[in-house]
Parts: sequence; C-alpha cells; structure tokens
Amino acid sequence: MAEQPLLSVENLTVQFRGDNGWVNAVEGVDFAVGAGECLGIVGESGSGKSVSALSILKLHSQANTRYASGTIRYGDRDLLTLPQRRLRQVRGGEIAMIFQDPMSSLNPVLTIADQIMEPLRQHQGLSVQAARRKAIELLEMVRISDASRRIDDYPHRLSGGMRQRVMIAIAVACRPKILIADEPTTALDVTIQSQILELLRELQREIGMAVILITHDLGVVAQFAQRVVVMYAGRVVETASVPALFERPMHPYTEGLIRAVPNLDEDVHRLTTIPGSIPDPSTLIAGCRFSPRCREAVKSCLAEPPALVDAGAGHFARCPPRIAAGGIS
Amino acid sequence: MSAASIVVVRDLVKTFAARGALLRAVDGVSFDVRQGETLGLVGESGSGKSTTGRILVGLEAATSGSINLFGQEISSVRGRVTPGAVRRRLQFVFQDPQNSLNPRMRAQDAIAEPLDVAGGWSRSARSDRVRELLEMVGLPRSCGDRFPHEFSGGQRQRIGIARALALKPDFVICDEPVSSLDVSMQAQIVNLLLDLQERLGLSYLFIAHDLAVVRSISARVAVMYAGGIVEIAPKRELYTSPLHPYTQALLAAVPRMTSNRARAAVITGELPSQIDAVPGCTFHPRCPFAFERCRIEKPKLREIAPGHLAACHLHETPA
Repeated sequence: MAEQPLLSVENLTVQFRGDNGWVNAVEGVDFAVGAGECLGIVGESGSGKSVSALSILKLHSQANTRYASGTIRYGDRDLLTLPQRRLRQVRGGEIAMIFQDPMSSLNPVLTIADQIMEPLRQHQGLSVQAARRKAIELLEMVRISDASRRIDDYPHRLSGGMRQRVMIAIAVACRPKILIADEPTTALDVTIQSQILELLRELQREIGMAVILITHDLGVVAQFAQRVVVMYAGRVVETASVPALFERPMHPYTEGLIRAVPNLDEDVHRLTTIPGSIPDPSTLIAGCRFSPRCREAVKSCLAEPPALVDAGAGHFARCPPRIAAGGIS
Repeated sequence: MSAASIVVVRDLVKTFAARGALLRAVDGVSFDVRQGETLGLVGESGSGKSTTGRILVGLEAATSGSINLFGQEISSVRGRVTPGAVRRRLQFVFQDPQNSLNPRMRAQDAIAEPLDVAGGWSRSARSDRVRELLEMVGLPRSCGDRFPHEFSGGQRQRIGIARALALKPDFVICDEPVSSLDVSMQAQIVNLLLDLQERLGLSYLFIAHDLAVVRSISARVAVMYAGGIVEIAPKRELYTSPLHPYTQALLAAVPRMTSNRARAAVITGELPSQIDAVPGCTFHPRCPFAFERCRIEKPKLREIAPGHLAACHLHETPA
C-alpha cells in the first residue's frame, strides 16, 4: 500500500436514530485497503465493524441513518456523496458484498439462475443466453458440481455451504475490484468454513480483487488477512499487519481479546477474561471507551478520548499510555 | 476412572419422519458421564449432539435405547415419564438466553420458577434462595426485579444458569451455552461453569460445536458425526492424538490465531443427508483414507487405547 489505496475511509461517523435522538454507531473511523489486499475488520458485537462496512455501499436504511462526518474515497469519487443512480453502478459491479446468512440474502422464490444472471444483465448488458452460459461458468468456478443442472434449483434445495458458494458466484460475477465479506463463514460448520475460505483465497488470486473481511473470529483473520483493523464500541482501537498484531498487540483490548480466545492446542485451568461488558452505543463515556474495563487505565484515559497514535511500521493504537511505554506491558 | 457413572446411555436411537422417509438423527449412541466430570459432546450441525441432550432431559422421546440416571433405569421411549425425583437432579442450560427467558418475567421469577413448580417453598425461603443464586452466578443480589432486556447477553446466560441450579441438580446439560456470546463474555461464562462445578460438585454434559471451548471445560470429549459417536477419549488424548480421520479433519479445519499459515488440509464434501443412509461408515464419502471395507461395513466404537475409543476400521487389529 505504498501509493494511493484503492479505497479509503476517513473520519467516518455514522449515526442511528435511537429512542433519545441520534446515537453514534461508529465514530471517526479510518481505514484503507490497497488493490488485491485482504483487510480484516475484527470486533465483538456493537463494535461497529459491520456498520462501517455497510456504509461503503450505503446499505443502511436512509430514514434512520445519518452520515455525520467522513469521506469514503474510491478512485476520484466520494461514495458517501455519490448520487444513488451512480452508486448503483458501483454496487455489485466494482464493489460487491457477501453476507453472513446466505439463506436470507438469496431470494427464496427465484432460481439460482435468475439470481446469478441479474448482475450480469444489469452491469454487463449480456443477453439471456450469454448470461446463462456465464452463470454456469461461475457456478463451476465456485466448485458447485453438476452446475448446469443445479442452476435451475431454488435456494432451499441447497445446503448452507452451497448457498454461500452461490452468493460468492453472484458477488464475483462482474469481477469486482473489492469484495466486502461480512461474517461470510459464521453460520457455517468449521469443515465447510475452511472450504469457503479456501475458495475465497483462490478467487481473490484469480480475479485480483481486494477483500474486506468482517469477522468476530480472530483465527479467521489470522489465517486470511494481511492487515487488520480492531474495533471496539464504535471506534478503531488498533490497526497493524497480521503478524504484528498477533505477536505484539498494543492496545489492552486487543491483547485481552486474543488472550480470551480458548486455545485449541493447550490445556488451561481457567480462561483469561476481560472484566465487565461491552457498552451500549448510547452510553456516554468521557475518555477512552475501553477505560471502564481496562486494568491499566490512568487518569488521562478517563479525561479525554485518546487519539489513534502511530507506533511505527504501520502499527497504530488508540492507547497513548501503552505507546509511550513502548507497547506491550 | 474411580468415580461412579451417574449417567449411562446405551444404544440411543432417535428417528424422525421426514417426507415419507426416516431420518436417523441419533443412531446408536452410548456413553457414560461420571460423578463430578464434564463430558464434552462436539459435532457439526446435524450431528445429533443436541438431540442427544434433549432426549436425556426428556424434551424428546427416544425411539429405542436405554438411559440410566443416578442408578435408576429411565425408559426414554415415548409414553414413559421420567420420575420427578430423578428429573429434579437433572437440569438444562439453553443456547440462547435471549429466547429461553420469558421477556415479561422478572429475573427473580424466572429463577424461582423451578421452585414454584416443585412447590414447598415459603415466600421468604424462595426469595432467600433467589438472592443466593444470583450471587452464586456473579450477579448483584439486587437485580432480581429487572426484566431480561435490561441485562446483557452474558448476564442473561447467568440468569439461565441460576435457574438451572435452583433445585440443586447433580447433572447439568449445557447445550451451546456460550455460542451466542462474544469472546470476552464467553470466557466469563466458561469460568463461571468451572467455578460452580468445583463448588457444587456438578457433572456436566457440555454440548458445543466449538472445539476450543470444549477443550477448555471438559475432562473427556466425545465427537459426533451423522448421528453417531466416532471417537471418545480423555481431552488431552483427543486433542493431541486424535484417531478418527473426522476428528483429525475437524481439528485441522479450525483457523488458528497464529500468523504462521500452515495450510490445513481441507476435507471435501458435506455431511450426508441422514435420510439416504450411507452404507458402511457414515464418514467414508469424505474420508481420505477410506478403503473397501469402509464402504460396506459400519465400524463399531471400540477401545483402541485405555479410555480411548474410536469407530474406524483403520484402527482395528484384524481378529
């Protein structure tokens, strides 16, 4: 990512309408993804990881969402201010998306053929016959056997893993520059998950697309991404290369999260926990949003929101005391 | 192996009628749970692990097989009811505390409901017991008058656990108790279950799909595939020297948190539909080591090393 990134999100603040006015779901979020790169965005529920990703294509309900600040730069365009009509050309064409639950994102009353052919006709203007031929090729590309017969099935006839393959086929139909994958394997069993991740990795290489992978699973990020953004309570708390993040986490939250994951390869007596629970977005916390749960919080943490500080070598953390002390305690 | 078995399950079978065919959800499952231990039951969706738990607690009737609880033979087959005295010693913690708690019922009433059903609790004894249970699961004694939506997911699961402990059970079946929780909450609940076990001498059947979570809490682990147990062993052995190719594949498929990408061998295919019964070993269509016999003859679960059982022809010494 030496020069201009492919997509960069700067100072994004997204607000949702709450019972008592507008609430910041994400606040001042920055991240960027380079051509062909895989960026992981990791966080627990309420961290704002999906909200940030859905904002790229403005997929939030317009009535209840406000983009209070920020730009989403893609080429020479700002996707946040792009008119709907032009944004629609980007969606599903240059930037595509897959979701967690392939059952609810496929239309149950349309066949697989109808759903794969739609973006091909829409974005590439293919004839029905050409689109169908292309659709069968795509199903073969996502390793669905007997594609020419399967294409006329309805989604309920397919298993969860197969449905996710179909979603991926739809997403890559127009050879996107960026694929946003929101928890793509969370609903799948672990042996199917490894098949889908392997498929995504192969397609990424073949098409040369960038992938923004949103997940709560640190193992998936470690195996799949090159760089990672860690979010907590609506903010980016740390960003680093994958090896740096797992070998030398800077933020106490990241460190706590990594330690809290049960280890598959070791016996432990007790799991390491992070005390307390994730704050609701409407909770007002004056300083660092992690400070109520942080064992290392000092006075300055409670006073004002900390800045995301450069620790060198592309490693940023929103924890001035840790960075001043040189990282891990 | 010194502790006595408080749960003995033999040849448990559960079939469901599905589109005119029979679906064998649980297909000849046998295991024991010993006093004070945790048996982990892992498997992917459709493996039959949850159905097994639901039969034990009486939420489903078995088609055939025998269950012995606390030394008493329970006919699990339809139409026979587990005696109340046995049932009380056996409780259940559900996956999703969001859906398993009545949204209109205050925490204290949800926790006390088993006491109300059992009867014989005076008002003051009841409220003392509720406060004691709240404290036991790490919630403030004063939060009993709140409703489920006022708690976080982790706190709701604590209420679910308090409710399960109300009648002082000996054996608790936990069905995916942490799978809907975030990592930081998950660790708190696992530790709570471990603390309660130590303090109250509980035995658990811990049903989950997450192999790492199961390792963190279990003494022994059973792996289920397509309705049957394919391997069962003390935890350390199962995770360090798994014998069944399915267990090996399952362990290899879990993405590790290291940046070292030793690419896992990806097993192909998916779980068979249990309607068109696979002849021979249920795993053979996906097994990289399958040979002729695996396609014909179903392997029996047998002891390969002390306490380590596997159902695989690869590990049989020819008679």
